[in-house]
Amino acid sequence: MLLIHCPWCGVRAESEFRCTGQVKPPRSEFVHKSDEAWLEYLYQADNRRGILEEYWCHEKGCGQWFKLRRDTTTHEIMDGDTDS
Amino acid sequence: MSRANSKRLHFGGYIDRTQSLKFKFNGRDYVGFQGDTLASALMANGVNVLSRSFKYHRPRGVQNRGYADVTSLVQIAGKNESPNVLASVQPLYEGLEAFSVNCWPSVSFDIGSIFGAFSPILPAGFYYKTFMWPNWHLFEPLIRRAAGFGKAPSQAPAGQFLNRFDYCDILVIGAGPAGLLAALTAAKSGARTVIIDEMTQPGGSLLYSKTELEGQLAIDWIARTVDELKSMDHATCLWNSTAWGYQEGNMVCVSERDPKPAELIGRNWKIWAKQVILATGAIERPIVFENNDVPGVMLCSAVMEAIQTYGVVPGKKAVLFTNNSSAYDILPYLQVAGIELAAIVDTRSDVELDTVIGTDDSNVEVLQGASIQLVIRAGRRVRGVVVHAQDSSGKEKVGKIECDLVCVSGGWNPSVHLFSQSRGTLRYDDNIASFVPDQAIQATLCAGAITGEMSLAGSLKSAVQIGSKALSRIGIEAAPISIPEVTNGDHTNYQVDAFWSSTAGHKRVKAFVDFAGDVTVFDLKLAIQEGFDEIEHLKRYTTTGMGLDQGKTANVNAIGIIAFHLDCHPSEVGTTTFRPPYTPVEFGSIAGSQAGDVVLPYRHTPMTHWHKEYGAVMYEAGARWRRPGYYLKEGESMNEAINRECYAVRNHVGIYDGSPLGKFIIRGKDTEKLLNLIYTNSFNGLKPGQGKYGLMLNEEGLIFDDGVTFRIDDDQYLLSCSTGGAPAVERKVDKLINVECPELKVIITPVTSQWANATVCGPLARQMLQSTESDIDWSREALPFMHVVEGIIAGMPVRVFRVSFTGELSFEINTPSRYGLKLWRYLIEVGQNWDICPVGSEANHVLRVEKGFLSLAHEVDGTVDPIDLGHGWIVSRKKKDFIGKRSMEIRRQNQPVRQELVGLLPKDSKQLISEGAPIAPANKQELSDGFVSACVWSGVLERTIALGVLTDGRSRFGETVLAWEQGEPLPLEVTRPIFYDAEGIRLRM
Ligand SMILES: [Zn+2]
Repeated sequence: MLLIHCPWCGVRAESEFRCTGQVKPPRSEFVHKSDEAWLEYLYQADNRRGILEEYWCHEKGCGQWFKLRRDTTTHEIMDGDTDS
Repeated sequence: MSRANSKRLHFGGYIDRTQSLKFKFNGRDYVGFQGDTLASALMANGVNVLSRSFKYHRPRGVQNRGYADVTSLVQIAGKNESPNVLASVQPLYEGLEAFSVNCWPSVSFDIGSIFGAFSPILPAGFYYKTFMWPNWHLFEPLIRRAAGFGKAPSQAPAGQFLNRFDYCDILVIGAGPAGLLAALTAAKSGARTVIIDEMTQPGGSLLYSKTELEGQLAIDWIARTVDELKSMDHATCLWNSTAWGYQEGNMVCVSERDPKPAELIGRNWKIWAKQVILATGAIERPIVFENNDVPGVMLCSAVMEAIQTYGVVPGKKAVLFTNNSSAYDILPYLQVAGIELAAIVDTRSDVELDTVIGTDDSNVEVLQGASIQLVIRAGRRVRGVVVHAQDSSGKEKVGKIECDLVCVSGGWNPSVHLFSQSRGTLRYDDNIASFVPDQAIQATLCAGAITGEMSLAGSLKSAVQIGSKALSRIGIEAAPISIPEVTNGDHTNYQVDAFWSSTAGHKRVKAFVDFAGDVTVFDLKLAIQEGFDEIEHLKRYTTTGMGLDQGKTANVNAIGIIAFHLDCHPSEVGTTTFRPPYTPVEFGSIAGSQAGDVVLPYRHTPMTHWHKEYGAVMYEAGARWRRPGYYLKEGESMNEAINRECYAVRNHVGIYDGSPLGKFIIRGKDTEKLLNLIYTNSFNGLKPGQGKYGLMLNEEGLIFDDGVTFRIDDDQYLLSCSTGGAPAVERKVDKLINVECPELKVIITPVTSQWANATVCGPLARQMLQSTESDIDWSREALPFMHVVEGIIAGMPVRVFRVSFTGELSFEINTPSRYGLKLWRYLIEVGQNWDICPVGSEANHVLRVEKGFLSLAHEVDGTVDPIDLGHGWIVSRKKKDFIGKRSMEIRRQNQPVRQELVGLLPKDSKQLISEGAPIAPANKQELSDGFVSACVWSGVLERTIALGVLTDGRSRFGETVLAWEQGEPLPLEVTRPIFYDAEGIRLRM
């Protein structure tokens, strides 16, 4: 189980958090683009091997959202970022 | 000492001969001593066979030590019944009752052993090849019964399991000499230290050795070291505890058995450590030869432990078979136990006998460059061995030696399981003919025999070094520590021959590589012939190293044998990845206190007790909320109750508990923008007191939820959603306003359980409410449909919403939860004059089907959009954007044929059809045309009615379609999806 540093609560167990996947640009930038661009935005994920930026929510704690950079191969967590 | 302990020495061992313990095995009574394991007590009583093997049901006895003795599998009976317990680690206690597993009907006469007689039909991959669809059902009952490991307990355990979390500086796994000294180094330097060991006693291999430290038996040093550790508050010792999983974040899962207090059966720890030191030691490796599983074939370490620890004599006349120097340590043990040594069979041809055998044993014949080919058995016990050797001129000869005990040592396999689980890499070490840790990925260090260090002095030295290294990594200065001197019995010149198997693996030869899974050399050979030449495939195809063994004894031999057959070096074969658990862990231990009712607790409304007293049958309404399904009166059937409740709502007045409905308060200057984004229709200009129905889509353009939103006042809106959908709606909106559209200045607060709701509905609802003590004007003019008003009823603050899910005049009365029961009672009392009837969710369902209202998880199944369900009217054409708009438009670009909501009238008006029944043409069963989403008996229509979705349904009104139920076609007429008050006059009254 990962230990995750919540920018508001400190280090807490992964089971208190919810991850909603990779950080994407805002939907407003894509919702009026071409069909292909919109569907690509909606359905394609990098599934990257290496460092991935994700949204996490400290759901069973303070309820706040933050960005986290995590290495998908080593599970190493780089940092938590509050300016989301 | 009782006569029963016929194989017990009169002296020695760490057992208490003054404390007899009675126990039962397979229904027979035995006596053992305090300090015994179940296995040692059985051996002492001359019981050879502990279990039957998994595939061939061959008799198996004690072969190995501790958790590596996978053939000692038994089932413990009694109050804490447990399957799959290893007799070699189960401490004996008074009254213990155990049974063999895989024995049906009994351990002596085993019907499953016909598999042995016909064994050519059970080669590698047999299950994959034979028990395949469509005939699996023919084999399943027999195989399930014959192949199961033990039986699942029939009752919940008498005690309790708990979980515990811990954080430490240094976690040491393994309390053998290296682990103890590493832990002492850490703890004496002030580091918060945890040391764990899977056995009930710390000491590891020293427990049964005759090695001396500082001139005393090693166990004295263990006792002193443990005392010193325990005297320090910042050190924690966990014995009888298995580290079974090494996860990311340097977190180790530990299953502690029989912790204190006594009511606890087990405790599962999750320990996060800054540094982990693996001192897991090494497990002795078997050698593969024909019949190497017959009871009486034991590893040297198991024989030494039996004699030294338990005072048990496992045989009268032994043959020693080895490929390495460590096996010679056994000679003084055999002598003490009075076991005659018939011969030493050593695969090596350059053994310096003087250095390995003392002068006393010079009369023992040592056959060099020799190997055991075959064990001869008599009944269920070793009777002799057939040996291949070379005479002095190098000529091959085959001889037979009589014996009842074969002591085997195939070298030592470092216990690299946890290191591999941590994703560390392994490396083959030719010096020890086995795999050792290579690159660590996490904060992991290794000390002692796990690194391939086979001398005790070397292990102790490495323990202090590694302990200091771990300390320096976390910035703690290591305190000075003295390394005890090994004064006698060390193994300084370990030498091993990479000899795995004495058989090439002919078809009928039962030479076992994996005892737990009954995998033979022939199985490996066959799999290679069939093209499985990659170790991960070979493992799965043959099951070698899977199951109970988890590679403890089988893996390295398998790799060696595979390398031999592929004509390559073992390092080229490589290892499979070790995965948790290291040894079986009880589900209860993982669950801890999170079991039964508290895993997902139910949520109850304030009126629950009233409902139950009134005869409610409670249903789950979604999101764990409990709500009445219907209220049963005496002598009434369920259908009669539902009809009665429906009749009340349609003809006078009903009341239901709507508290579980999802509710959120939304505030902030961009609330209108948010509502316009999440709903398909426009929420512009909603005035305080007004409400609007909305459909929520997901970004894929499919219906996600629906509900009504009211503007309570200038500042706040109350959004309601489906009961079961509330958690998902909250998560979705929360992410939207925090992450996807952070520019929206909005706050959402879930208030579902803050408000109780009593909904009064029916044509007489207004009359009834007008007779309550209230400041509310209930008239249509003052409180029209889709409006909300705040007021007081009988002193209680309420909000009344004009919404209707039944199709009748309806008032949803919300009050703070603390008033819920009082309000409910008051309304029931006032309602007596109108014959008010409490109604449950079954009646609600009938009423909504009559009206064609949508229900999540019925019509809304995650594949439909608003137009499919005839809700095109609610999709705004003016709004540039709302969630789901873009995707819905793309999906509908070329006017695709879609499945649409329809009403369905069974031709037989009494016929009920199951929800989900497919609709398909008579001659084309393979193509479903849609399905029946709901079917109920309608009291007002005096017939059954149904809703469903049907391909191009709205253009097919009047058509007859077939719903298929149990292979029977049932004709239905397609109609508009509304059966009652199509104009919607009644609900707007
Ligand atoms: Zn937090």
